[in-house]
Amino acid sequence: MFANRTVNILIPIISVLLGLLSGAVIMLVFGYNPLKGYAALWTGAFGDAYFLGETLRQVTPYILSGLAVAFALRTGLLNIGVEGQVFVGWVASVWVGVAFELPMIIHLPLAVLAAALAGAFWGFIPGILKAKLGVHEVIVTIMMNYIALYLSNEIVRNVITDGKDRTDSIAPTASLASEWLAGMTYFSRLHWGLLIALFMALVMWFLLNKTTQGFELRSVGFNQHASNYAGMSVSKNIVLAMVISGAFAGLAGAMEGLGTFGYMSVKSGFTNIGFDGIAVALLGANTALGVVLAAFLFGTLKIGALNMPTVAGVPTELVEIVIALIIIFVASSYMIRWIILRFKKEGK
Amino acid sequence: MFKNRRFLLVFSLLLVIGLVLGACGASDDGGDSAEGSGGDSENNTENSSENGNNEDFSVAMVTDVGGVDDKSFNQSAWEGLQAFGEENGMSKGEGFDYAQSESDADYTTNLNRLVRQDYNLIFGIGYLLQPAIEEVAAQYPDTNFAIVDSGAEGDNVASILFKEHQGSFLAGVAAAKKTQSNKVGFVGGVDGALINKFEAGFEAGVKSVNADITVDVQYAEAFDAPDDGKLIASDMYSKGIDVIYHASGATGNGVFAQAKDLKKNNPDEDVWVIGVDRDQHEEGAIGEDNVTLTSMVKRVDIAVQDVTDQAMNGEFPAGETIEYGLNDDAISLARTNEEALSDDIITAIEDWKEKIINGDVEVPSTREELETYVNSL
Repeated sequence: MFANRTVNILIPIISVLLGLLSGAVIMLVFGYNPLKGYAALWTGAFGDAYFLGETLRQVTPYILSGLAVAFALRTGLLNIGVEGQVFVGWVASVWVGVAFELPMIIHLPLAVLAAALAGAFWGFIPGILKAKLGVHEVIVTIMMNYIALYLSNEIVRNVITDGKDRTDSIAPTASLASEWLAGMTYFSRLHWGLLIALFMALVMWFLLNKTTQGFELRSVGFNQHASNYAGMSVSKNIVLAMVISGAFAGLAGAMEGLGTFGYMSVKSGFTNIGFDGIAVALLGANTALGVVLAAFLFGTLKIGALNMPTVAGVPTELVEIVIALIIIFVASSYMIRWIILRFKKEGK
Repeated sequence: MFKNRRFLLVFSLLLVIGLVLGACGASDDGGDSAEGSGGDSENNTENSSENGNNEDFSVAMVTDVGGVDDKSFNQSAWEGLQAFGEENGMSKGEGFDYAQSESDADYTTNLNRLVRQDYNLIFGIGYLLQPAIEEVAAQYPDTNFAIVDSGAEGDNVASILFKEHQGSFLAGVAAAKKTQSNKVGFVGGVDGALINKFEAGFEAGVKSVNADITVDVQYAEAFDAPDDGKLIASDMYSKGIDVIYHASGATGNGVFAQAKDLKKNNPDEDVWVIGVDRDQHEEGAIGEDNVTLTSMVKRVDIAVQDVTDQAMNGEFPAGETIEYGLNDDAISLARTNEEALSDDIITAIEDWKEKIINGDVEVPSTREELETYVNSL
């Protein structure tokens, strides 16, 4: 048991190191200085209070989108639709933020709740289709992403506004932004959403590990037939997993809508928050704590990487390659696990 | 714990490799800086002070999601900065640089970073950056900002706009001289103040040459719908229109596609497209022929270079809106298609250009102004 656990912790760490290492090799091959590159990455993410604030700001939606993917995966479902659920959550939160005039104590929770509900609904559709008709959730969720993208563009353009490219800014009573946090970090866009995200990680851990319902969800993830035989309703658990996963994703959208931007604009493509969430969940081994740590890593990479072209002269494209390499090594963790186990056997 | 020795071995091996590679990198760096190509903006910024000395001046730009190789205004703006750097003996990373945005969440981060790296002047390229520029400019009143293609508020912000109606007027002159059916067309992107400027200028140019020529105006209601563009173009060409001017971004690719299809079926058919923003000569090439008559070229690079020069000399137009037009050569007509542009047409274009620059002709920029203009002919 102990050795198994060590392996689980070692795999993501080795993946990241291998990724950084091959990134360094590639930078070297193309004639850039990897030490300087990574130093730029580091200062770009933690160099001073502003960048620290921006990194934490980027981490916030990653935690939630990572939780969304991880939660569904624990029940054996691959929710590729987190991206779309982020979109509907974003639109819903901004809509509530713009449309109502309420005291903060009602307005803010209402906007956050609207986002969670919208995301949950967007997760419910593939969930019910999978549970009742056996339609594969991957296909439905991918398609739902496009529906969400174009639907939210339409809503921004013609429902919330009158043919404009972006909505008005949300009322201050619905905003997660904090002057105190911004002032402390030289006007970074760090907002209170980080607390919500961390709290949700706690919720996921508690739900999965400390409740009967969580046991059922995990059980369905391990073996549907056995769970069925044990008297659990597989279809109910599938729908529930997708709904909760969607709610997490919707909250990630609220972080962008109520925290970072304070508005929604017409998007020409995906934000990648949801897609990056898949990598975050994989790297975090689908556990709450792992997801939080992985989200920190990804947030750091994303924000720090912006600094590499200007300070170290490493082109943006190479930075993208380095990030992609880390993801590849994370995704191929099976290979690393196999190698480690091989080593272990020989050692015996 | 015994079992973990293997892992520790692997682990430490990895660390060692990392250190060795790192060491290689460090020595590589020595060679780099000896050549002087290793950009180290930090040294640069340490030297910079606020006395406005030329040597300390530095400038940077933030692209929108298009990136510096978008073959459009981002690229053009970057070429402007490069030209500026060359004139003043600077190199990328030492005096001028750019930051690329991967998503619209990056705009403020990139602007902030460049402020912190002590750049004196920071450009935002494209109207998408307007909210970000206004926000950051308000936070850092000691840094100068400029935005291309949009008006932004702020005492330390310069807004760069273009007189597209002047260039469109000349495009209209070229179209009127070229048409044989006395019917020309205009395809717009989205019906709004910006594209109406193109429409009004174009129609005024056509009517100035020959008031009997009809101008068919249609809007695709999108800048990214080549299929709609193709449909509109097909409709126009079948009605006997032989020259179409498009101001519709990627939608215009459909106009080019339709013209090229017609030309392919019948090489003798007279169909022409007038491109927009940059020289779209390549877009119109079909075998030996080319359907691009000319293009209304918007020189973002000239504008960027000009504003940068002003800022370096301590004359930054803070809080102002600068409009670039024909007299700065920031707006012009492309002459790459020498075969199609006869001497006759070129003379006409030059004539009207003179008149516009002299102020003899006031080119209309809205539909109302166009009406008054046409009635006065």
